[in-house]
Amino acid sequence: MPLLKNNVLVADTWINAEAEGDLPASGDVIVPFARLLKDWGELSERSGKLGLRLSNTDRPEALGTFLPRLSLIVLPFPAFNDGRAYSIARSLREMGYRGELRATGNVLPDQLQFMLQVGFDAFEIGERFPLETWQKASRQMSLAYQRGLFRRGSEAEIWTERHTDAEPWLEQPHAG
Amino acid sequence: MYRYDEFDHQFVRERTIQFRNQTERRLSGALTEDEFRPLRLMNGLYLQLHAYMLRVAIPYGTLSGRQMRQLAYIAEKWDKGYGHFTTRQNIQYNWVKLEDAPDILDALAEVEMHAIQTSGNCIRNVTTDHWAGAAADEIADPRPVGELLRQWSSLHPEFSFLPRKFKIAVTGAPHDRAAVKVHDIGLRLHKNDAGEIGWEVIVGGGLGRTPMVGVTVRDFLPQHELIGYLEAIMRVYNLYGRRDNKYKARIKILVHEIGADKFKSEVEAEYARRPHPTTEVEERELARIAAYFAPPVFEKLPRWSASFEEAKLANPGFARWAKNNLGPHRVDGYAIVNISLKPEGGIPGDATGDQMRVMAELAERFGNDELRVSHAQNIVLPHVKRDDLLTVYQALDKADLAAANYGLAGDIIACPGLDYCALATARSIPVAQAISRKFADSQKQDEIGKLKINISGCINACGHHHVGHIGILGLDKKGEEFYQITLGGSSAESASIGTILGPGFAGHEVADAIETILDTYLKHREAGEEFLATYRRLGPKPFKEALYATA
Repeated sequence: MPLLKNNVLVADTWINAEAEGDLPASGDVIVPFARLLKDWGELSERSGKLGLRLSNTDRPEALGTFLPRLSLIVLPFPAFNDGRAYSIARSLREMGYRGELRATGNVLPDQLQFMLQVGFDAFEIGERFPLETWQKASRQMSLAYQRGLFRRGSEAEIWTERHTDAEPWLEQPHAG
Repeated sequence: MYRYDEFDHQFVRERTIQFRNQTERRLSGALTEDEFRPLRLMNGLYLQLHAYMLRVAIPYGTLSGRQMRQLAYIAEKWDKGYGHFTTRQNIQYNWVKLEDAPDILDALAEVEMHAIQTSGNCIRNVTTDHWAGAAADEIADPRPVGELLRQWSSLHPEFSFLPRKFKIAVTGAPHDRAAVKVHDIGLRLHKNDAGEIGWEVIVGGGLGRTPMVGVTVRDFLPQHELIGYLEAIMRVYNLYGRRDNKYKARIKILVHEIGADKFKSEVEAEYARRPHPTTEVEERELARIAAYFAPPVFEKLPRWSASFEEAKLANPGFARWAKNNLGPHRVDGYAIVNISLKPEGGIPGDATGDQMRVMAELAERFGNDELRVSHAQNIVLPHVKRDDLLTVYQALDKADLAAANYGLAGDIIACPGLDYCALATARSIPVAQAISRKFADSQKQDEIGKLKINISGCINACGHHHVGHIGILGLDKKGEEFYQITLGGSSAESASIGTILGPGFAGHEVADAIETILDTYLKHREAGEEFLATYRRLGPKPFKEALYATA
């Protein structure tokens, strides 16, 4: 499946492993949470990078000790209007997770910007919409009121902009 | 009043362009109706029985004359010449064409308005006390926080696909006119012993199929922690609220199922876990917003207005209107004017373009250019000099806007019902009209006194029948409309859910049944006792006996 990252399509080189069965001998592997808990020893000794597939009902705070070892976390959108992954993604970023955060499932262009803002940076997008629709969708709004969101350089946080552009001396009453 | 700065303007403009593009993709077939639905809903556009309905946000119910004139213009240009003011302090246009919706949003943006999040499973328009900034009993104006929350909740990326819709109400007065205990989150401002302002945070109230009074999760949340704390509540709800059944998806069900204590500890844990960025910006932002809500410059006037008193003596119609439709203002010589949108036999909450313009002009000439929409579907002029009341009354009377029934039996809250709504199981409007005609006699209405009658056309309870002193719920029984009556509900500070009285009534019997209930009240009431107090003292028994004895 095409993977959208930084507004271009890239190849997905990760290998999906199931809850049971052999792990591939080499390469970067994605495992479900139950397997991470079960086979942590084996997984941490592998040479490839480690990725995690979370479900909507896994609690992000349970991941604390694993986070520094993970290079990829995949979060599902079983339906575009199931918004749990937005909170999980933002929680993970707040917990300091810096690796790739990938959205999978019913990912649509009209939700792309929200996903970027909570910290997703990779998207399994299927083939339904042309690339330019996605590229356009990623920059529909150049402003957001909320603080602490992820944004590109061209986007602004309104509340921050409003209160940082004034020079300190301008705020002194009757200065000069 | 709040005014948009360049950022607010640009934000709404970009949003409108985005919606125009989405609408074009829908009209061309590039988007399926299933994909388009959540997008149009987040812009306030519903598909109803006969046409699209556009719901326009009126944040915390506050409007200027110019904005009201634009609402009139939209009603005439793109609807059938009228609009419908709703229980969420919004306005709905019931006859909109899909291809016109982007132009209407442009017309709204011109006057600093939008339809963002008036629908969909997101944070809806924040509501508040319709007397905010004017009420005699107010501690502080809640609208600056209302505006702060409007901005914070607008296109919030984390909370735009919640399990279900989410409604927040804010009040700054001890007498609760904003129904904060029956909202997903209710915020009540109060002061501690040190004189500082803080917020009681109430969660999990609501009406609909499962009416509940909310529980307090914080008694006194310092103002600067508000946004961070609300985000913690929203996150717990977004992660753990039910998504398997839309009728069990509101936050009240989560609070009920896991219990208030467990819910509270989840929120506190989430709040403690999240990084707390400096709140300095929010504080500065709130101060910036609050400056827009500085009280108007009031004249120094005596409490007693000779011309007002004389006019009342000379004009009984005016005297009655003044007795029923004025609210106590916090400044001497001023009054709060409540314009009833409930004329005898009319459709509750409807106003024509001409009527909107009359109200706009009165606000501009006599009311500091401010209007409010109340959740009881009326319009308020919050600051009118007592000396001007007669002129205002006469202008309202000429426009058929002087119904003197504010807060009385004729001031009925009703949802659009089966006349418009695709969800309804029965009609609401004809029942409201029949009751209003039944109590057309002003003497009888005055004798009955303060009364809230609420009508919903289905169990989703948009007419808030659970919290009506008398609630009427329209249902469908084998293809026939019938109506259940509940008594004893209230959305005020002593909030309560009404109790079903007994078997339902056919549509044509409802007005008579209400009359029987009110005659029973008049027979049993003690001196000065309002209907709700009598009901709470006596319980349902005498009302049941009177209603069903002869049946």
